Amino acid sequence: MTAVERRLAAANVAVALVALFGGVVTGLFQALEYAGVEVYPSLAPAIRSHYHSLSMHGVLNALVFTTFFICGFVPFVLSRSLQAPLASAGLGWATFWVMAAGLVLAAIPLVGNAATVMFTFYPPLKAHWAFYVGLTLVVVGTWLVTLNLTLTWRAWRARHPGERTPLAAFMAMVTFAMWTIASLGLAAEMLVMLIPWSLGVVGGTDALLARTLFWFTGHPIVYFWLLPAYISWYTLVPRQAGGKLFSDPMARTSFILFLILSTPIGIHHQYTDPGIHQGWKLLHALLTFAVFFPSLLTFFNVTASLETAGRARGARGWLSWFVKLPWSDPSVAAQVLAMVLFAFGGIGGLINASFNVNMVVHNTAYIVGHLHLTVGTAVALTFMGISYWLVPHLAGRVLWSRALALVQVWLWFGGMLIFSPTLHELGLRGMPRRTDIGHISYMQPQWKTLLPLVGIGGAILFLSATLYFLNIALTATVARRAPQPAAEFADAVSGPDHAPAFVDRWRGWLALAAILIAIAYGPTLIRLAATTPLNSPGLRVW
Amino acid sequence: MATGRPSTVYLWELAWILPSIALPVGMLAALAVTAFGAGINVAGDRGRIDPAKVGEHALFKEPGIAEIAPGQYEVRLTGQIWSFAPNEIRVPAGSTVHFWATSKDLVHGLFVPRHNVNVMLLPGQIAHAQARFDTPGEYPIICHEYCGVAHHTMAGKIIVEARR
Repeated sequence: MTAVERRLAAANVAVALVALFGGVVTGLFQALEYAGVEVYPSLAPAIRSHYHSLSMHGVLNALVFTTFFICGFVPFVLSRSLQAPLASAGLGWATFWVMAAGLVLAAIPLVGNAATVMFTFYPPLKAHWAFYVGLTLVVVGTWLVTLNLTLTWRAWRARHPGERTPLAAFMAMVTFAMWTIASLGLAAEMLVMLIPWSLGVVGGTDALLARTLFWFTGHPIVYFWLLPAYISWYTLVPRQAGGKLFSDPMARTSFILFLILSTPIGIHHQYTDPGIHQGWKLLHALLTFAVFFPSLLTFFNVTASLETAGRARGARGWLSWFVKLPWSDPSVAAQVLAMVLFAFGGIGGLINASFNVNMVVHNTAYIVGHLHLTVGTAVALTFMGISYWLVPHLAGRVLWSRALALVQVWLWFGGMLIFSPTLHELGLRGMPRRTDIGHISYMQPQWKTLLPLVGIGGAILFLSATLYFLNIALTATVARRAPQPAAEFADAVSGPDHAPAFVDRWRGWLALAAILIAIAYGPTLIRLAATTPLNSPGLRVW
Repeated sequence: MATGRPSTVYLWELAWILPSIALPVGMLAALAVTAFGAGINVAGDRGRIDPAKVGEHALFKEPGIAEIAPGQYEVRLTGQIWSFAPNEIRVPAGSTVHFWATSKDLVHGLFVPRHNVNVMLLPGQIAHAQARFDTPGEYPIICHEYCGVAHHTMAGKIIVEARR
C-alpha cells in the first residue's frame, strides 16, 4: 500500500461524487414533477424536458457514480488486503484517464440533449455516437482494472505459495471477474450494433437483439454495484461495529455463487418482450431464483456478524444486539440501515423475477421503487457510509461533522421509507415509469392521491444528499488535519481454514459460469444473430 | 447464538441453508402451477415483421377490432410515435380480447393495468397478449416505454360496456 493507491482511490471517488451530485439534483426535479410542481419551464434551456433530466439522473447515478466509486474502492481494498501495492501504478492512472475521457465524451451529448435515451439506451432511439463511444471507453477502463487486480493478485500468490487469499482480496477478484464476463454483452451491443449505426456505417439496427445483449450485462451490472457493498458488509463493517465476521467459508461460497449465477439470468428483464420463447424465460426465472440463494446466505452471515458485535458490546437476549450496535458511528449506521432496506429490495426483486407475476409490475413505478431500494439505498447509502471513513483517510483530515453525518444517514433512511413504498404502490395501481406524469392525458384518481408523497420523499432524500455533499466537501478542504486510519478487516469466528480449498480454485468455477451462460443464452443469441435483419432506422425524437 | 465457538458455526449455517433452498424451490413450484395450470403466460415468440412494411402484413392491413367467436374479440393494433391505432376499443362486459400488436418505429409498450396485458411492442416483432374484461368501465391503454419527448401522450382506452 503506497501513496499511489490512495491517490487513485481519491481521484475515482471524487469523480463518482461529482456525478452523484448531478444525479441527485436531476432526481429532485423528477420527484417534484410527480408531485405536480411545474419545474422544467424555469430550467430551460439547460434542461429541456422531463426525459432529458431523467436520462441524466439515470446515467450519472446508476452508471457513472457506481462505476467510478467501485473502481476507486475495490482496488484500494485489494491492495490493503494483500498488503501489496498495485502491480502497475502507470496502468492504474492510464485506466483512470481512459475512464475520465470516456465520461467526458459521453457527458457532452448527454448534457446537450443529444443522448436523451435513458441509461438503457434502447434502439431505435438514436443518440449521438459520442455517447456510445464514451460509455464503451468507461467499460474498457473497468477491464483494465481487472487486469491490474489480476496482476497484483498473481504477484502476491507467487510471493505467498500455499497461502489462502485473504477474504477481501478474494471478493475483489470475484467482483471484477464476474463483471468482465458480464460486460461482454454490452461490449458486443456497442461495438457491433450501436457505434457503427450511430456513425452511419450501417443503416439500421434491431430492437430485440440489442435488448438481449443489453440485458446480458444489464442484470449482472446490479451485482457489480452490489458486491463492493457486500465486501464492506462482510469484511469491514463487522469490525467497525466491534465484532467478527461469522463465517468466512460461507462468505466465499456466496461470492463464488454470484460469479456463476449473476449472468445467465438477464432475460428475466425481458419477460414481456416478444420474440423470445417462453421456455427460455422460464429457465432464466429458475436461475434467478437460484441466485437468490447466495443473497440469503449473505443476509444470514452479515446479520450473524452484526450479532457478534452487539453481544461483544454487552447485549443479552434475542434482539437487543441490534440496539447495542454503535449507532453513533455514521459509517456503521449508514450501512446497517442500507442492509435493512435492502432486505425489502431483495424480496421485491424476487417478485419481479417471478415470470408471469412480472406482468403486474413490469415498466411501472414499482420498478422505480425497487431500484431505489437496491442501487439507491443498498449501494448508494453503503457507499456514503464507506466514504465517511474513506474520505477522511484519503484527505488526512477528520470528518467535518459526525452529528451532521448521522442526521444525513437517518434522513436518507426516512426519505426512502416514504419514497420507495409510495412508488411500489403507484406501480401496483398501474402507473407507468419513465413518463412525464405531470403532463399525462390519462391521470387516474387512485394515482393522484399518492403523488405528493413522491415529492415529499424525494425532497427529504435531496436534503439528505445536500448535507452529505456539504460534509464531504468540508472534510476534504477545511476540516482539522490529522492522520485518519482506514477501516480494518474483520477477523472471522469461522475462518478461511474451515473453507474447503476447492472454493478458491478459479478454473472450474469460471468454466461452470461459461457453461451456464452458453446454455442460458447460446441458442437465443445464435438464433437472433443469425436471423435478425438490421432494418430499423434510428430516430431522434426528443 | 454460540458465536464464541467456531465448531458450532456449521450447524447454524446448515439450519439456515436448508430453508434457503426450500423457499425458492417452493416459489418456483407455485410459479409453475400458475403458468402451466392456470395458463397465465408471458409474451412468447410470434414471428418477425418488417417494421417498414407493417401495413402490408396480413395482420395489420386494417387495424381494428373484430368478433372472432361469441364473446371473443381480436384487436389488431399498431403503435407509432405517439399513438395507438386503434386508440379506442369497445367490447361488452365478459369478453376475452386477443391483442395482436407491433411497432412501426421505436420500442413502445402495450399496458392495460390489472388485466395481464403487459407486453413490449418492438419494431420487427409481432406481440400477442390476451385478457378478459368482466367489469364495465373505461380502462387506459398505456404506452409504458419511453419513446421520445411526447411519450406521455401515447395512450388509448378500452370501454367495457354493460350487457343489456
